[in-house]
Amino acid sequence: MFLNAIVLALREIRRNVLRSSLTILGIVIGVAAVITMVTIGEGATAQVQADIGKLGTNLLQVFRGQGFGGGGSRMAAPPFTMDDARAIEEEISGIEAVAPSANGSTQAIYGNNNWSTQVTGTTDQFLQVRDWTLASGRNFSDSELRGGAAVCLLGNTVKRELFANQDPIGSTIRLGKVSCEVIGLLESKGQSGFGQDQDDLIVIPLRTLQRRFAGNADVNAILVSARDGVSTEKVQADIENLLRERRKVRAGATDDFNVRDLKEVASAFTSSTRVLTALLGAVAAVSLVVGGVGIMNIMLVSVTERTREIGTRLAVGAMARDVLLQFLIEAVVLAALGGIIGILLGLSAGALATHAFHVPFVLNPSIVILSFAFSAAVGIVFGYFPAQRAAQLDPIEALRHE
Amino acid sequence: MTGMPATPQPIIELSQVTKIYGHGEGEVRALRGIDLRIFPGEFVAVMGPSGGGKSTCMNILGCLDTPTGGTYKFLGVPVAELDADQRALLRRNYLGFVFQGFNLLSRTSALENVELPLVYRHIPVEERRARARKALQEVGLAGRESHVPSELSGGQQQRVAIARAIVSQPKVLFADEPTGNLDTVTSVEIMKLLTFLNEERGITIAMVTHEPDIAAWTRRIVRFRDGAIESDEVNQPVRTETH
Repeated sequence: MFLNAIVLALREIRRNVLRSSLTILGIVIGVAAVITMVTIGEGATAQVQADIGKLGTNLLQVFRGQGFGGGGSRMAAPPFTMDDARAIEEEISGIEAVAPSANGSTQAIYGNNNWSTQVTGTTDQFLQVRDWTLASGRNFSDSELRGGAAVCLLGNTVKRELFANQDPIGSTIRLGKVSCEVIGLLESKGQSGFGQDQDDLIVIPLRTLQRRFAGNADVNAILVSARDGVSTEKVQADIENLLRERRKVRAGATDDFNVRDLKEVASAFTSSTRVLTALLGAVAAVSLVVGGVGIMNIMLVSVTERTREIGTRLAVGAMARDVLLQFLIEAVVLAALGGIIGILLGLSAGALATHAFHVPFVLNPSIVILSFAFSAAVGIVFGYFPAQRAAQLDPIEALRHE
Repeated sequence: MTGMPATPQPIIELSQVTKIYGHGEGEVRALRGIDLRIFPGEFVAVMGPSGGGKSTCMNILGCLDTPTGGTYKFLGVPVAELDADQRALLRRNYLGFVFQGFNLLSRTSALENVELPLVYRHIPVEERRARARKALQEVGLAGRESHVPSELSGGQQQRVAIARAIVSQPKVLFADEPTGNLDTVTSVEIMKLLTFLNEERGITIAMVTHEPDIAAWTRRIVRFRDGAIESDEVNQPVRTETH
């Protein structure tokens, strides 16, 4: 009986293709918008999570200054020293690796190629802390670290710019005025979610950077990775206590350094993209409701237009509820059809957009089901009023209608 | 069921039926006490000037409207006591309608139009198709099943409408000015068809018309004037092939 009604509704929809397509246009756009927005949002969330994972697992970053929003205080705060890094490694339990680091920028030259890039001075533990592996070559040796040898590891972008397809290992490049032997090539990490090329860097021993580039013994940041299963909150608190003591921060005074847990940063980013996704989804949902109003509009026009038909149906024995059901099912079938088309369009648009924004395409079945159900519900809600009007027509009046 | 009655039971029995539209100063007395009986197998023409009450009477007979006073019994059942749904069931199972304006569903094939009453009787699709096909054959439209109304002439459209009216094997067929929109040649064809259905298929027909030549085809003519029956006489059918 219901199946029969659906077949009749489809026949009715086919009878006037143009009107039917205009009717469902609103729903199609609404559902497509919801699906596209949510797909992009989920893709961005997945991307941010993956990026933060790429930075290293259980990573804590120790910076000088007061961190986010600290104004100009960052540079005013005294730098760390190698001893601070050593103290963290020795005095705090549950630590996997510690990599003190300092940064500078330089012009890298090989043959006729030159490339301006970021240079990071650090120790052999840097790779472990950042969860990074070598594509080829080797890490720094102890003597190179201690002696401040002129050796370097290349990021993939730098290698491509200077060496193209050549093997760089063993070649000597110039960084500013310093000649430097390439001993290793870093595995490519790709772009971060913030659009930064993570492979555009050169890594050299910390001492080399301090002596040959910076001309001081400063350590700007200390990267610490906690052992698996160890609470990063506890390690973070221990580092804070240790550094307050070492840097003689008076009780009650603000720290002149800050320890960032990347997991926190990750969850902050994730939750903010989630909020954005929800917001975009909500805006799109409004257009779905507007689509429903569109259905109601056209259905009302359709009822007026088909008054004689309704009269004929009543004359041949349709009950009021047969007519109600007919128009209601027509509205629901139209809306559901719009929903299906919208879902297909939205997924295609989502796939294209995620491809364009270089974020992963995440198919969320629950949002697909939800928007389908919602569009059908819109059909029921906004189809009821016109259907009610059709059902309440007086057969004689309806038959006489021109 | 109770043996042979002396006189057959009338299908339609109106006694002292009145119909009043509006109330107070503006009230219109469309019917002022009508007595009418129609028996199985009759072919009745209802005539009279417009405003004479014939349309109101037909609406009541067709269970599309209810009388203000008096009683209307259809197959012995007082229609006034039925609600809208029960009257719909009555139309669905016992009545067929043919209208002046054909009232076919546009952009819908002849076959699907004829099927319509059977859809509401929840008849399975194969049987529905078969019966609709047979009805179209009966009205001489075999081979036109898939034509939509706009592809058919006026006479053919009215034939489709007649097929739709007889497909559910009604007790009575109500025809409201069935030839009103047709030329004389086509009108004669339609009247031949209705006569055939009445005489060969035994379908009772009540037909409203204002054309004497059309009424002349029937065997009983009821004339309305000012909401009352002016005359009700047996007619010796005069079936003119041409005018």
